[in-house]
Amino acid sequence: MISIRRRLFIALLAATGMVWLSAVIWIQYSTRQEVSHVLDRRLEESARMVASLIGRQGLPGAVHDPQAGVAGVLGPDEPLFSRQLVCQVWGLDGSLKSESAGAPSEPLAAEAASGFSQREIRTETGPQQWRVYTYVDEALGIRVMVGDALAMRDGLVSGVVMGLLAPALLILPALALLIWLGVGRGLQPLSEFARLLRARSAQDLRPLPTKWVPRELSPMIGALNGLFARVEGQREREQDFTAFAAHELKTPLAGLKTQAQIAKMAPDEETRAHALRQILRGVERTDRLARQLLDLTAAEASEQPTGPCPKLGSIVKDVLRDLRDMAALRGITLRLELQSETEMACVGSLLAPALRNLVENALQASPEGEEVVLTAAVKDDALLLCVADRGPGIPDEDRPKITERFFRGGRPKSGTGSGLGLSIVEATALRLGGSLTLAPRADGGEEARLALPLRFQ
Amino acid sequence: MRLLIVEDDEMLRDGLLVGLRLQGFSTEAVESLADARQALAQPGFEAMVLDLMLPDGSGLDLLRDMRGRGNSLPVLVLTARDQTPAKIAGLDAGADDYLAKPFDLSELAARLRALIRRAQGRAAPEMRWNGLVLDPARMSGTYLGRPVQFGLREFTILQALMENPGVVLSKSQLEERLYGWQEEVESNTVEVHIHKLRARLAPGFIRTLRGAGYRLADPV
Repeated sequence: MISIRRRLFIALLAATGMVWLSAVIWIQYSTRQEVSHVLDRRLEESARMVASLIGRQGLPGAVHDPQAGVAGVLGPDEPLFSRQLVCQVWGLDGSLKSESAGAPSEPLAAEAASGFSQREIRTETGPQQWRVYTYVDEALGIRVMVGDALAMRDGLVSGVVMGLLAPALLILPALALLIWLGVGRGLQPLSEFARLLRARSAQDLRPLPTKWVPRELSPMIGALNGLFARVEGQREREQDFTAFAAHELKTPLAGLKTQAQIAKMAPDEETRAHALRQILRGVERTDRLARQLLDLTAAEASEQPTGPCPKLGSIVKDVLRDLRDMAALRGITLRLELQSETEMACVGSLLAPALRNLVENALQASPEGEEVVLTAAVKDDALLLCVADRGPGIPDEDRPKITERFFRGGRPKSGTGSGLGLSIVEATALRLGGSLTLAPRADGGEEARLALPLRFQ
Repeated sequence: MRLLIVEDDEMLRDGLLVGLRLQGFSTEAVESLADARQALAQPGFEAMVLDLMLPDGSGLDLLRDMRGRGNSLPVLVLTARDQTPAKIAGLDAGADDYLAKPFDLSELAARLRALIRRAQGRAAPEMRWNGLVLDPARMSGTYLGRPVQFGLREFTILQALMENPGVVLSKSQLEERLYGWQEEVESNTVEVHIHKLRARLAPGFIRTLRGAGYRLADPV
């Protein structure tokens, strides 16, 4: 799991480190420039000074006394630099006239003309790079060479950089601690909300407080509150559904119990027979209700049913076989118009209950002697199933609510209607990625259209 | 005891109609609020059995409406919602009693008898007149210390007369008690049962007022 705190901590620490490092690199570079500039000037001035001293006082003669020699000209010794600056005075003829203590035996510079040069010179401690200024005084006939070791210059620069880095390394742990604590503090509202959410019960779906919320958190809290509202709505619908289902089951149960008690205490055979007939019908009706509840649950379940994909042709055949008796009983012709290419269309097994409910509705609505037509056609890459009847149609005031669960319109609970049929059809249509439309037919009656995506296996 | 039953479920409505009749009530059933309002416009009901979820609205609306107009008919609410808040809502809307589905027919009948008894201002379940003690729950009684059994229709007629002793009930009023409005009544049914009652009790227990109807004899 990624920790925001650790991430921010690392990012902040890295950024601080980078800034520091850039500063060090930049300071090192500029110090090197500056040091080299100043020391070059010093080399040049020293050479000129030696030349002018020689011009005024003549050559110091004794060569190897540093105090009396060139070094004396260069001012008081400094431990770091005293042995680093060396001087040679050459005649124009190439003879060594004088040199400072510690000067190497070979000439410091190869070039004869005035100016800076750089050369590797062997010393007692090994070869070293030297920076040398050569001053040629034609009048005196001398060539003065003053040089210093580059290693000394590097040492100077590293001294500065170390002076910069050492405190940084000391401060770094303290800085890291401050950043860690600061980030933790900055993230406190987050853990506060986590605490609030943890403390909640599963039933508590009230919106989270949006006052005094950091701007960065408010979109998340807004989204969370939106989710709460949706979950709450869903739960209310489910509770309504459960309450309705309980009512729908308890009413026929009450009917069954009452009829059974009547059968038990009936004073005559006719009353008993009537009660038993009612019980049989009631059991059939309750069975259908239970089946419809299961169908609706299946249509609304989130997982796809597995197994081979049934063909439309066989589903239609099954549904019609089941309902042929019902149609015959009511004297209704059940006509089928199936476009041949739709027969092999692959539809979910969920379609069977949906289709059965549509045809049942049509049969129940249809007047005697009329016909109910079931058509299947392909239109614009969609499978179009239509069930049409010649019944009175759905009253306009009922249309908006007609697919709601347990909605029966203003009709009393007569016959077998549970108010679930069209809910099942609509839920199935949505599950299969299609849609259900109910519309009156131009020449009387109602037509239900089920449009589904066309698939072949 | 005439009852109005408001229930939209066909099987349960039929069960209440027949079952309560077997328990000695005169029952009449409707299946919607609109029909119930129409039926209530007629006088003569002594109690109502009301389902709450009806196709054209909630039974509670009818109840509030009735109570708002000063109708004090005893109402027993029948519903599948047996949670306490639903019961409270029903009672507060003016229901006198509450029974959750599925219920026991005898319990429903007993509760209705109690409601009607209270509405008539009686506390004792038995009805008494001229030496007859009638127990509506058992459809039996004692006359001058001797136990008497009655047939369902005899009992219904006797009970109607005992509810308002001294008041004359016409033949058609008694016929209504026997069947409700929907069924055909044979023209001499009431006379036959009055005759049987007189044979079981005493010839003078019920008096015939020619052209008007029947009433119980004055107390001795």
